[in-house]
This record gives sequence, C-alpha cells and structure tokens, in this order.
Amino acid sequence: MTDTQRPFVQKTTEENADMSLSGKDKAVVKNFWGKVAPKAAEIGGEALGRMLTSYPQTKTYFSHWADLSPGSAQVKKHGATIMAAVGDAVSKIDDLTGGLSTLSELHAFKLRVDPANFRILAHNLILCMAMFFPGDFTPEVHLSVDKFLQNVAFALSEKYR
Amino acid sequence: MVKWTELERSTVKAIWEKVDIDDIGPQIWARVLIVYPWTERYFGSFGDLFTITAILKNDKVAAHGKVVLKALDKAVNNMDNMKRTYADLSQLHFQKLEVDPDSFRLLADCITITIACKLKSALSPQSQAIWQKFLYAVVDAMSSQYR
Repeated sequence: MTDTQRPFVQKTTEENADMSLSGKDKAVVKNFWGKVAPKAAEIGGEALGRMLTSYPQTKTYFSHWADLSPGSAQVKKHGATIMAAVGDAVSKIDDLTGGLSTLSELHAFKLRVDPANFRILAHNLILCMAMFFPGDFTPEVHLSVDKFLQNVAFALSEKYR
Repeated sequence: MVKWTELERSTVKAIWEKVDIDDIGPQIWARVLIVYPWTERYFGSFGDLFTITAILKNDKVAAHGKVVLKALDKAVNNMDNMKRTYADLSQLHFQKLEVDPDSFRLLADCITITIACKLKSALSPQSQAIWQKFLYAVVDAMSSQYR
C-alpha cells in the first residue's frame, strides 16, 4: 500500500469542490464500507444506543420513544435507518451536498437537530466500526472515515440557515 | 468536584486493568497524530512525522504514548482528587507547552476508540458511558489551570 503523504500539495479544483475529501479518502471509505456493509444495521443500532447512553442530552430528540435503552427495538430500528443513510452517502461521496439535500431539509426544518450532535453521533459510529472491525480500522482508515463523516455532517447542515 | 458511585469506580478500574500501557500507549498516540494532524504542531522535536508510516515507526511517538498513559494511571488512582492531581501538569501544558486544551478532548476520544478496538463488545454501552465520564473529568482537570 502506498504511503499517505501529508497534504502539503495543491489540490485540484475538483477536489476542492468536494470539501477536502481527496481521491484517496474516497477510495479508503468505499473500500472500508464494502467490509462494513453486511453489519451496517447492527453497527447503527449499537452506535445509537451508545450515543443515547454516553451523551444523555441526545435523548431530548427521542422523548416520543417508549424505550431508549441500548438494544431496544426502536433504537435498533432507527440505528439501522441511520446507517442505511450513511451507506447512501458513501454512494454519493462525489456530491454529498447535492445527494443529501433532502435529508438536510428534513434535519433543518422538521427534526431541527442541533448540528453539534452530528459530531457526537460520528464519534459513536466510529467507535462501533472500530469495535466490529478492529483489524481493518487502522489509523489511516480512521482518518478518512472521520473526514467523510465530518463532510456528511456539513452536507446535512447546509439547509439550516 | 465529580462524584463517583461504587459502580463507576469499579468499572473504570476494571477497564484500566485490561489496558497494557506499553502496547496501547504508542497506538493511541500515533492515532491522534494521524487522525488530527494539527496536533503535530507540538512535536517539532520528534523528527519524521511526515507520513503515516513514519508516525507508526517513530520511537519518540511510542515513548510519549507510554508517558501519557502512565499519567492517566494517576487519575485512575485519584478519582476524587483529579483537579489537584493534575494542577501541575495542567499548568505545564498551558504556560510552557502552550497546548490547546481542545487537544485533550481529541486525545480522550482516541483513547476510548483504541480501547474499544481492544475490548470490542466487552466494552458495554454502560461501561463506555462511565469510561467517557471519567476521561472528560480528566480533560476538565487538565484544562483547569488555563486562565
């Protein structure tokens, strides 16, 4: 595997339009997603449960659920929904803003989730991906996935104001 | 001052017992420098940090990872006294090393993720919550002299 140089190089216009995800980042994310996909629903449910447990302030968005404990049916189902959307974002990695525009509207106007929570969820998604695939989740993969989720969060925040 | 239940104390200790400082310390430190490369600003004297391979092979990075985890051991054994335990270290990081305290949060998250890689599902959601509460208390203590 070729070494990843520090990015002190001029980016192409195309790369700038993608908000800092390099060609290498995209390749790494897609490759890792290929491994994660079969467990995506499980990882999503696990991550959401952990987020609600470790960051109780996030429960304020789910007060309409009967059971917010990790492993509850609602948590698992919604976690799977979220991870399916992340998978969709992977397929739209070349244009996240365009691809996630409808989801952004949903989060901005209907759900009105404070965007700070996207970072909290990303942390828990990363933790679960690391937990399920410790051998594959190298620092290099961690870097690209972290950048990708940051870009997803940015695309989701686009319609907020 | 942070209050700790018996369950929280025993959970933190149980997790810490599974951490091999010599094994995990270097991994954590390399992960921070790779995932958050701006943290390299503090390590001009560490030599080659220019590529991921170089970071993973760097002896000074590995050594520093062990130093940091040994300091975390102090927190595990002084959970009721963290601000006082870390007052000098906090002062050092503020006045001499001039480290942005946001870096402590990044480090804390990398510690949790590396431990999750190691323990896998043995780190239950409840344990993760307790461990993170502990680490964020350490971050607070390390930030306490920044004024």
